[in-house]
Parts: sequence; C-alpha cells; structure tokens
Amino acid sequence: MPLLDVQNISRAFGSTQALRDASLQVERGEIVALMGANGAGKSTLVKILSGLYTADSGRIVWEDTDYKPQNPAEAAARGIVTVHQSTDVVGIPGLSVADVLLLNQFVDRSHPFFLSHRTVRREAARILQEAGFDLPLDRDFETLGTADRQMVAIARALSQNARLLILDEPTASLSVREAERLYEILRQLKARGIAVLYISHRTADLEALADRVVILRGGRNVGAFSRPIDFSAAIETMIGRSLESARPDQRRFGQAVLELKGIQLLPDSRPFDLTVHKGEVVAITGVLGAGKSRLLSGLFGVGSFVSGNITLNGQPFNARKPADAIAAGVVMAAEDRHTSSLIHAGWPGESIASTISLPHLNRWYRSGFMFSKREENEGNAAIKRLGIKAVDSLASVWSLSGGNQQKTVIARWEAEPSRVLLLDEPFQGVDVGARQDIIATIRSHTDRATLIATSDAEEAHEVADRVLVMDHHTLREETKHSAFTGYQEDTV
Amino acid sequence: MTNSAQHTSENPRGGNGLETVRETIRRGAVFILLIALVVGFSLAQPAFININNLMSILQAVSVVAIIGAGVTVTLAIGGFDLSVGAVAASSVMAASYAMIVLGLNAYHTVPLVLAFGALVGFANAFLIVKLKVPDLLATLSTMFLLTGLQLIPTAGRSISVGLILPDGTTATGKYDPAFLTIGRSSLFGTIPFSVLMMLLVALILFVLTERTRLGRLLYATGGNEVATRLAGANVNRIKTFAYVLSGTLAALGGIIVAARVGRGDVSSGASLLMDSVAASLIGFAVLGLRRPNVLGTLIGAVFVGVLLNGLTMLNAPYYTQDFIKGAVLVGALALTYGIGRSQN
Repeated sequence: MPLLDVQNISRAFGSTQALRDASLQVERGEIVALMGANGAGKSTLVKILSGLYTADSGRIVWEDTDYKPQNPAEAAARGIVTVHQSTDVVGIPGLSVADVLLLNQFVDRSHPFFLSHRTVRREAARILQEAGFDLPLDRDFETLGTADRQMVAIARALSQNARLLILDEPTASLSVREAERLYEILRQLKARGIAVLYISHRTADLEALADRVVILRGGRNVGAFSRPIDFSAAIETMIGRSLESARPDQRRFGQAVLELKGIQLLPDSRPFDLTVHKGEVVAITGVLGAGKSRLLSGLFGVGSFVSGNITLNGQPFNARKPADAIAAGVVMAAEDRHTSSLIHAGWPGESIASTISLPHLNRWYRSGFMFSKREENEGNAAIKRLGIKAVDSLASVWSLSGGNQQKTVIARWEAEPSRVLLLDEPFQGVDVGARQDIIATIRSHTDRATLIATSDAEEAHEVADRVLVMDHHTLREETKHSAFTGYQEDTV
Repeated sequence: MTNSAQHTSENPRGGNGLETVRETIRRGAVFILLIALVVGFSLAQPAFININNLMSILQAVSVVAIIGAGVTVTLAIGGFDLSVGAVAASSVMAASYAMIVLGLNAYHTVPLVLAFGALVGFANAFLIVKLKVPDLLATLSTMFLLTGLQLIPTAGRSISVGLILPDGTTATGKYDPAFLTIGRSSLFGTIPFSVLMMLLVALILFVLTERTRLGRLLYATGGNEVATRLAGANVNRIKTFAYVLSGTLAALGGIIVAARVGRGDVSSGASLLMDSVAASLIGFAVLGLRRPNVLGTLIGAVFVGVLLNGLTMLNAPYYTQDFIKGAVLVGALALTYGIGRSQN
C-alpha cells in the first residue's frame, strides 16, 4: 500500500470543474513532483490534502485509513503538512525565529500557559537540531530571507511529526545557491523516509529531485513520468502542445508604439531596451520578484524608474500617476484583481457594469449625473463579446468565477480604445476555458500594443508573439526552454 | 475562487419564493417597524399623531440627520469622521461669539461658521491624506482639539447677551433676529425651517451619492481605494471632498442648534456625535443595503426620534433615552449583518 493514495477525486467551484477523477500515489521516502499549468487543478488538490477544501467525490487513503481532514490543523495532526509559497504567512513580524518555530504549539495548548524565554529557546534549538538546520534563534522573523523562512516552515512541519511534506513552488523566489540548499535538505528528508509532494514546473527542480512526475491538465491526470524523466515530453504534456509549434496566427506588426530605452528599474540593475509594436503581444516571464510588476507599474505611473527614456508613438511619455497614463491611452490591469481592480462585495460599484465603467465615468457621464443606462449597456455588450457567464451586467462581479471576473477586468480596458494594454498576471486563478477566451480577445485587437507579465512560462508562450525573460530586474531574450529552467542567478 | 463561491449565495437575484419573502422583510424591516411604532404610539396616546407633535419629532432629529448625512459620506469613502460633534458644538460657540462679541449680523455669521466647518474638514483631510494618519485617529484628535478650543476665547464661559470677556469688558452684541429665524421659524406655521433644511440636505446628498459620477467614486474609494486609484481617479481629492462636506454639514447643524437655543452653551452638542453616528449605522439596515446610505441615515434619525418621543409621551423616564438608542442600534446592526447572513 502506498503511503498516500488519492483515488479519483473531483471538485467543482460553481460551474468550474477544478478536478476530475484525479489520482495520485506517494510512497514513503519518495519525492513526487506535481506539474500543471495555472488552473490545472494542482492547488485544488493540494488544498484538499491540506484540509482547506473537501473533495466532492473520490476517496483518499492515508497510512491505510480513510483521510478526510476538515481543517489544516487536522491534516497536520495526521502528518500531512503544507509549506505554502508565500512564506510571509509562516510567521509574524516582531516574533523571533524561536517563537515562530513553536507557534503552533503555543496555539494547540500542548504547552504550559506560562513559558520562560529559556524554555522556548531550548525547545526551538531542539527542533532545529532534529531538522538539521542552522538558523539564528533570536533574529526577528521579518528580517529572514525567503530561503530561511522556508527552512523555518519545514523545521516546524518536521516538529509536528510530518510524514508527508507538501511544498508549493518552493524555489520560485530562491537563488540557485539557496535552491541547492533546499535540494540537499529534501534529499535528507527522503533518506529519513519522509515523503515529499513538490509543486513546480521548473525542469531544474525536477531534474535534481523528482523520483516521479505527475502531470495534471484541466483537472485530470494526463501523464506520469518516472526516472529518467524526459522533460521536453513532460512540458509538452503539461501545455498540451509541442514546444516548437509556431503561433498559428503569426502576423506582421505595425509601427513601434511603445519604445523603452535604457530603462533601469533599480539603482544597481542593468539597463535594458524594449520595443512593442502595434498589434504585437509581448510577454515577459520570470520568477516572482524579478521586476516584471515594477516595469509595468512604472509605465502606468505607479512608482518610477531610476533612469531611461520612454516614447509612445514617437512622443515622450512619462506618466506620474495612473490618470496620466490612462489619458495617454496606456492602461493596465494589475495583478491580483481582487485588490487591484474590484470593488468589495455588497458595495456600490460591485456590479459587472460598474466594474467596467469605473475608469470611463468621465467620458460616459459628462454631465456628472448617472441617469442613463450607458454602463449597463456597455456591460451587456462585454458579456456577449467575451462570453462572460452572468445573468446580466447588473449582477455582482463577485458572483462570477475567477475566469469571468478576469474577463470583466479585461473588458474594462477594452471598453474604450487604448494604445498600450499592460496586463500583470492576467491568468491568475483563471480556468483553462476562460484563459482561451481571454487569449483570444487579447490577440484579436490589432490596433494596440500589448505587454503581459506572467511568471508562468507556458502561459507566456500561449498568448504572446514574443517572449522575453526578466531576471534581476533586467530583460533578456528567451532561449528555448530557458523560461522553464530560469532561476535568479546568484549575484556576487 | 473561494470568494466567489461565498458571494454567490448572497446575490438576492433569482432566489426561490420563500427566500424572496424573507429578503423583502429584511429590506423593509426598518420601515415596517417604523410604521408599527407610529401606529402603536397613536393608539396608546392619540396626541402622538398630532401634526405639531410629528413636526416636533422631525425638528428634534433634523440636526442629527444633517450631521449624520455628512458622517455617511465619510463612511462611504471608507473613513469615519468622529469630529462632527465637536465641530457642531464649536460652531454653536463660534456663531454666538461672532454675533455677541464681534457684533456681526446673520449674513456674515452663517458663511463664517460654514467656512469654519469646511476648514476643519480640510484639516482632517490633510491629516488623513497627506500625513497618512488613520481616519479614526485623525478625527478623534481633531475632536479633542476642538472640544478644548471652543472654551478658550471665553475662558470656559457660555456665551449669552452681556457676556463678561476674559479682559473684564462686557460684550455688546446680541443674537441677530434674522439668525434666530433659522431655528425658530416655520413654513405655513407648521413645517419648521430646520426640517426643510434637513429634507433639502438629504435630497441633495441622496442624488449626489446615488446618482452622480462623484457619488460612484466616493463609494468606489471606500470599496477599494487601490482599485479606484488604478482606474485613474484622484482618490486624495475625493477623500478631501468627503471630509470638507462632513465638516460643513456639521457646522450647519451647529448653526441650527445655535439659532434654536439663542445662546452659546459650552455643553451643547454633547450627544450629537453619538446620535449622528447611530443614525448612519442604523441606516445600514434600511432597505437591507448593509452600507452607508443617505436615505437610511435620514430614516435612522427619524426612527430614533419617533421612538424617543413616543416613549416620553408614555412617561418613560428621560434617563432611559441613551439606553433605548443603544438598543435600537444593536438591533439594527444585528438585523443588517446577522439575519441576512444566517441563511447562507
């Protein structure tokens, strides 16, 4: 019997089927990599295993008994601990590393009410020693780097007697050296019989670690590879098409719309140039924190560049605030639509129509009064054009699935003509079907230049005419596969 | 995705029959209760339904409703103006000081006091927008400042005709009769001027918040400031507008109080903050909107006024008033947040 046996589980969110009969087996001391594009169902599967969601159907057997955790604490008590991608939720700024290591024990009442500083330190030192890590116990958690934070999270998981460790994109913001250190730790854990489920689609990670690769697409198992792993085949299975295939709708572009010369994002980063043409879709990929968002935000007037020249249709362009950029025809749908684009649920302005109209109120309601049905009509038109699944445009944007919410945000910036469309992580939390629709609408506009930032390399290839890689706040041309292998290179 | 799943069921559109009925009751609850109160009080005490009594209720709540409307706008932008009570109280003092000590007439006093309110709103906005002080703390400190400031010019004395100034001289001015008409005159002898002011302010602010571009941007700022800024709006200007409006309306409330009382009492306006905030919050329950709204604030103020007036007629002791207001507020908030959600 495998340690963990996930049998044909399914899970739907509204009309979106996130998992369909997905299965997964993990043996003791095995490192299994779970691969899949955004929306493939990896995170849903992980959340079911860690007790955040429950499956609609199917069965999970863990250590030979049925496993159906109701919350993360129960999952941890059974020996399955998840280390999430954003390590800042591991601890609390202001607490020492020792405190953070014992945090869950403070909470679950297994410790006495009164704790001396010495007891905490002794316990924390023991936990670190058992995990085999060396970390400064008295440092403020806030001052730790990402790799160290991950080690804190892993050490804490081990102190909870974890037999299965789930790591969600652990190397996403690590340097090569830090990643090497993590590999070493995971190999030690493997030797101790601890199983690791590893979510990543970096060939370097998989090459170094994975005993087996399981690939999800559209919520289904679409393939599994054992050592020796053919990575090109694995990536192609994940994307669902061959890497070499050219764009089906390759076309000629118009004149240069947006020209960047000598842009320097940080005082110590290398300057770069970038030109985007009319009708062209350029995607910038790269790890979290590589500077993609900084570039897009800077163009949109949020933050500024250290140096460099920008021209828009040959004219100098320098937005100091979003309103300037919008007036010049440079618009942006920022990353994380919930915080950057949508008005809270239950509040005026939460409807699909008002989500779309927000930047255009000046133009659509010149008198200042909003008596006409302009926004409602524009909303209904957008629903039809983009295939947004909604009753009508007065429905709350919060009643939509992630993909339809994103379509609404894109519709906002297509409601009025623009010269440059900037999209930051436009496929975050978007299912595959909606992603195809969004790609289609992005590519159907030949009258503007589009610049997309995405940390997901296969998304970049799906949507763009040209893919660039951002690394340490500078751009470089992409070589085949480099988007899939790229780490931050160590700066010396 | 989890978010959208949670919110779907809240969408009132397209529920089954029973749910629709329940939703209608929730939306109309405050109106139903208000009518029940009026009917009940009229049966128990026929003098209640007398037009003069009804007008006196409206007159009693007019100041609270006007100030509450300003608070509502600051709630709409996601802020909170705690200084309104102090602004109103200092406006009473300022108006009295302007006429009695400085000898100004009504046509100079009113604009001066309104400008004072606007200035305080501007100062609040400066603290909040430029210095990034959290709204509650900024307006709380302004409240303290004004509560103290209003005592200084008269060395802590109330202002009435014949006031002896700190330097020993006697003030020679008096209340302008034209000023007193603001608080004491009525249209056709029945509708008090202050009630007309209240209705006018409510109407203008209702249209402004619910039917204009600016209103949409006010709510959008409160609904997600980052998203509103990224949509190209000048969020700082919107917030400044809200606080200036709130300060000005509080000053207007103070002018009405001064014109009614005819003197500058240091303790006037003590309960105005709590009452106007309560009216705004009760307003959340009106129409089941669960958000600040001007119509709701008006209804909320009237609701409390009706309840207090009726109970007073039924000989409820005056010291129970605050308790009753508190109970209404708790009930309204429970209705707003608890009952609608329990079906999910």
